[in-house]
Amino acid sequence: MSNLAKTFSSSLGKKLVMALTGIFLCTFLIVHLVGNLQLFKDDAGQAFNAYAYFMTHFGPIKIVSYLLYASIIIHAVYALLLTAANKKARPVAYVVQKGGQNSPWTSRNMGILGTILLIFIVVHMGDFWWKYHNAELPYAKYEISLENPKDIQVSELPYDANRLVHSDIVDVQAGKQIVVSKDLYKIVNNAFQTWWYVLLYVVAMAALSFHLIHGFKSAFQTIGWNNSNLVPIIRFLGVWVFGVLIPLAFAAMPLYFFFK
Amino acid sequence: MSNNMNLTLKVWRQKNAKAKGELVSYQADHVSPDMSFLEMLDVVNEGLIKKGDDPIHFDHDCREGICGSCSLHINGRPHGPKQGITTCQLHMRSFNDKDTIVIEPWRAEGFPVIKDLATDRSAFDRIQVAGGFISVNTGGAPDANVIPIPKVVADEAFNSATCIGCGACVAACKNASAMLFVSAKVSQLALLPQGQPERYRRVQAMVAQMDAEGFGSCTNTGACEAECPKEISITNIARMNRDYFTAKLLNSEE
Repeated sequence: MSNLAKTFSSSLGKKLVMALTGIFLCTFLIVHLVGNLQLFKDDAGQAFNAYAYFMTHFGPIKIVSYLLYASIIIHAVYALLLTAANKKARPVAYVVQKGGQNSPWTSRNMGILGTILLIFIVVHMGDFWWKYHNAELPYAKYEISLENPKDIQVSELPYDANRLVHSDIVDVQAGKQIVVSKDLYKIVNNAFQTWWYVLLYVVAMAALSFHLIHGFKSAFQTIGWNNSNLVPIIRFLGVWVFGVLIPLAFAAMPLYFFFK
Repeated sequence: MSNNMNLTLKVWRQKNAKAKGELVSYQADHVSPDMSFLEMLDVVNEGLIKKGDDPIHFDHDCREGICGSCSLHINGRPHGPKQGITTCQLHMRSFNDKDTIVIEPWRAEGFPVIKDLATDRSAFDRIQVAGGFISVNTGGAPDANVIPIPKVVADEAFNSATCIGCGACVAACKNASAMLFVSAKVSQLALLPQGQPERYRRVQAMVAQMDAEGFGSCTNTGACEAECPKEISITNIARMNRDYFTAKLLNSEE
């Protein structure tokens, strides 16, 4: 085994992989959230559909997205490897062990929380990512007045294999911009009309919150970045941004469509 | 004395490393609240010896909290319910009359049970031998304070050096990880000028030995620092990780 392979199969090396993939996934959450905030725009999904097209067809983003899928898989696989090794490290369990008196609940249940998140990611990608790429989705035709961009007429076009995923034409004579795009917005809207599906998303976001309240600061501790000036900032970000703000904003999306 | 207690003990009894152990109940009556936990066990053992039974085996030595011999997982926590003390410093006034106390040995692949509550902690010695030292040529003793060391650094190194190697960190950790112990032993030398020549060789050797002994890895629960009788901080773990990754991924000297 090469020295590098040895490093990454040591206990500390495996933890470094967990920390780095974890932090990368955290940065992805910010991008994903900012993009998805367009769901709240009152434009029948025109901006969101254009964004979905951009994210799936712009080269550099595609490369990053493959890095992202790899990170999710590596994070999960290394978690399994570490958990198996950790279980082996205590072959005989205590009859009485009061973990609650010396450590936070989140820190002792990262595996359960991570499993919920992994199931969620599979369901979530199956519903939106897979459908957007493979299903015969209808198209939305937006006719936007050039004089008043807020004046948008929407009509539905049926699926057509020969149609471009996204087209954008300016018809000066008619005084309008005509945008036709695969209607992911409609799929999102339809998915969140079912109460139990909304509940699944809200529960998953609660799991995300608990996972990140421990995970974000833990990643920096593992890397060894524990400068006393930075630790309070890392803790603040971990709890309030990644533990509260981001999961709440994501959870607001299914709730918005359900109660709209 | 009127405030003496009657207690029920559930003690892990195991004949030897290979035997299957079990919790056995014992009655400990007229226990003075001023007794230490180990003195209470001594009294129970005297009763067992009088009856011709095998006394409960447990590790102990100095009985003043500095040797690191005593262990015991008491009611689900290493060294019992109090913070910053070893089992020998735990007094029976921390318990109430008619309490049931469950006493188990440290549980870890790296700490196999020898008998009853006594475990083999020589894994810690082997980790120390792997690199927890500085190589000094013999000769005339150097003058004190020849090498200037900032006070905060000296204090931090001293805090790391207070580790008595009892293994409570491993016992408390849900992964039976030895990272608090190893990081304290790495830090006490990594912080000081005398530790620099072997700094990166040391951390790599000690981590490799730690892994070889079958200890788990750190999930940063903080249980170790909460249970450490010397209240050693997990800052040491971050420092060890930093040195290890520097050695493996950034430095090319060794």
